[in-house]
Amino acid sequence: MSQLDSLNPSAIPAQDEALRQEVRAFLLDAMRHVPAHVRARSWSGYDPEFSRELGRRGWLGITFPQAYGGAGRSAFARYVLVEEFLNLGAPVGSHWIADRQSGPLLLKYGTEAQKQRYLPAICRGEAFFCIGMSEPGAGSDLASVRTRAVPNDAGWLLSGQKIWTTNAHNCHFMIALVRTSGEALDRHKGLSQVIVDLSLPGVTVRPIVDQSGDSHFCEVFFDKVQLGPDALVGEEGGGWEQVTAELAFERSGPERLYSSIALFDEWLAYVRTPQGRTPQAQRLAGKILGQLAPLRAMSVAITEKLTRGESPVVEAALVKDLGTGVEQLIAAAIADDLFSRDAADVPAELLNTLNYITQVAPSYSLRGGTRDILRGMIARGLGLR
Amino acid sequence: MDHLFADAVKDVLTDHCTPTVVRAIEAGQPRTALWHTLEASGFADALVPESAGGAGLSLAEVYPVLELCGAFAVPVPLGETLLARGLLAQAGVIAPAGSVVFATGRLASDDRLHCAQVRCGTQADWVLVSCDDACRLLPATTADVQVAGFCLDTQMGWPRAAWDSAQAVPGTHDLVTLQAALYAAQLAGALMAVFSRTLQYANDRQQFGKPIGKFQAIQHQLSVMSEHAFAARMAAQLGMSAQGLVPDRLRVAMAKARTSEAALEVAGLSHSIHGAIGFTREFDLQLFTRRLHAWRQAAGSESYWHDVLGQALLDSPEPMSLEWVRTLTDGVV
Repeated sequence: MSQLDSLNPSAIPAQDEALRQEVRAFLLDAMRHVPAHVRARSWSGYDPEFSRELGRRGWLGITFPQAYGGAGRSAFARYVLVEEFLNLGAPVGSHWIADRQSGPLLLKYGTEAQKQRYLPAICRGEAFFCIGMSEPGAGSDLASVRTRAVPNDAGWLLSGQKIWTTNAHNCHFMIALVRTSGEALDRHKGLSQVIVDLSLPGVTVRPIVDQSGDSHFCEVFFDKVQLGPDALVGEEGGGWEQVTAELAFERSGPERLYSSIALFDEWLAYVRTPQGRTPQAQRLAGKILGQLAPLRAMSVAITEKLTRGESPVVEAALVKDLGTGVEQLIAAAIADDLFSRDAADVPAELLNTLNYITQVAPSYSLRGGTRDILRGMIARGLGLR
Repeated sequence: MDHLFADAVKDVLTDHCTPTVVRAIEAGQPRTALWHTLEASGFADALVPESAGGAGLSLAEVYPVLELCGAFAVPVPLGETLLARGLLAQAGVIAPAGSVVFATGRLASDDRLHCAQVRCGTQADWVLVSCDDACRLLPATTADVQVAGFCLDTQMGWPRAAWDSAQAVPGTHDLVTLQAALYAAQLAGALMAVFSRTLQYANDRQQFGKPIGKFQAIQHQLSVMSEHAFAARMAAQLGMSAQGLVPDRLRVAMAKARTSEAALEVAGLSHSIHGAIGFTREFDLQLFTRRLHAWRQAAGSESYWHDVLGQALLDSPEPMSLEWVRTLTDGVV
């Protein structure tokens, strides 16, 4: 309770807010010919060259220390950048996970050599990471992973399989949660995180086509992949704690509010026209805005906690569960609005964007933890478990 | 400063605004004892400048007090009087002693002033009435009064002569927005009270050999309640995030809409988890859940304020909704 009580309005400092204008000017130009249904992909859109350009501009790893190629800025600076990337539909999927999770994880738990090797490359947009958590037998029940890294003379010998790994087919490295000691019955004990170079012999990556026709997640197979001794991240056996800390980064960001924003803005453009404007649409526009704004304030308040070095795991789960609900409402309610009228003059691009968002919306409340997992975490935070 | 102030209010309400007192006033017994305690404490002068004997706080600083009015189901118009005295002081009108509530009036063809909804009107000494762009202060004692809706609320009417001779409040005043900001804050307090009472009940109530809070279905309902309560609280704080005494109308629109939406969800889930006991007069839950509905209906429901927000959004040429999201949330105090 007490941790939730402390979510109060918080302001983004002026020096971080100052980034917005420059980023927006760049993005408005870069995205000017990209249609809404493509912008709607945002952090599921992959464009390595775009990521490298962001790196050249100093916008990747902005929170990392300058010694590792970053800018040493606060979580608020990253918040402003990311909010602009998402709202303008920039194709930021290539570097997304490295910038959001893998880099901060390595900063916190990595060796000096690991930091030197990976962080500057992340900041240049030259090292893309994915996260190997789920397995065929371990989805929400993450502690039952079976992929195993066995210590040998050369380091670690990795065997097993990951699934639903976002963007593995476009990444250079995976940080995988694997068993390094004990048995499946030991649950959280004996799990560790290892860095896997996905170009190594024995690694096979197979993209999975989703219902929208895109391939953003993959199966990844490890057949006796030899990893070096420096593949281990953090403590042997400390993987569970590390993964939990990492998920607070994954769940707290503005990507849990803006997944349908390209659709909302495209629909607003239509309902602002004389033929598109109706009293019903006006009310719906207000409803969506009225739900998004408090969530954004909560998300900024969580960012403030991150800047103070806290790990607001429960608050992040709460905002993600609510936020994905609003993201899904946007698609459902806009569809109802458009098809409750004579839709003859609805622009085709709006319909294409609606179609894309309708198809991907189920993933909002799966990726980064299903609704039921998040509600269980909140319940634990409330002292019910 | 504001936290010390809120702590003092909380202490007084804990001692003097018990469920027994709330029930008695709802049942028509006099408010005298509770009101005099609150009046003597000076809480209602929080927004009055220090030079005029008040505490000189801003709207943002009195938010915790208004939230407490909801959390304690305060059955007298403390929040209304606090806001009204701030408004009167700023307009250069000396506030009369006693409680003040807000109303929107209409001068009808029968030569009378009609106020269709006067929240907490049964507990008012004065009514600040907005009618045809004018704002005047009328004595409640001279009104025709009829209880309407929630047990403390009324319809009121005066002869036109009473309106004509009433104390005028100079300037233009958006009383509905001010009220909506207040009820959003009170809703936030009542939402938290309902949530924490329900959480406690789920930990205490044993069925099938264990506390019902151990069942996953109940846990998830409580999680959803907490989400709504915390989002509503954030919205209500933003609604009151003004440096001065006049809240921002669009922030209030968001605040009242979001808290009203939450009221419906949280009231429903709390009764579902409590079962039959929560529906009894004897059990305290109803003191709060009836207010969730009453305050949702006060000063505009969620759709009223969605229309206001939507109109601003659609009238604006700004192509990015982010700019509106930022306008509603950035630059808080």
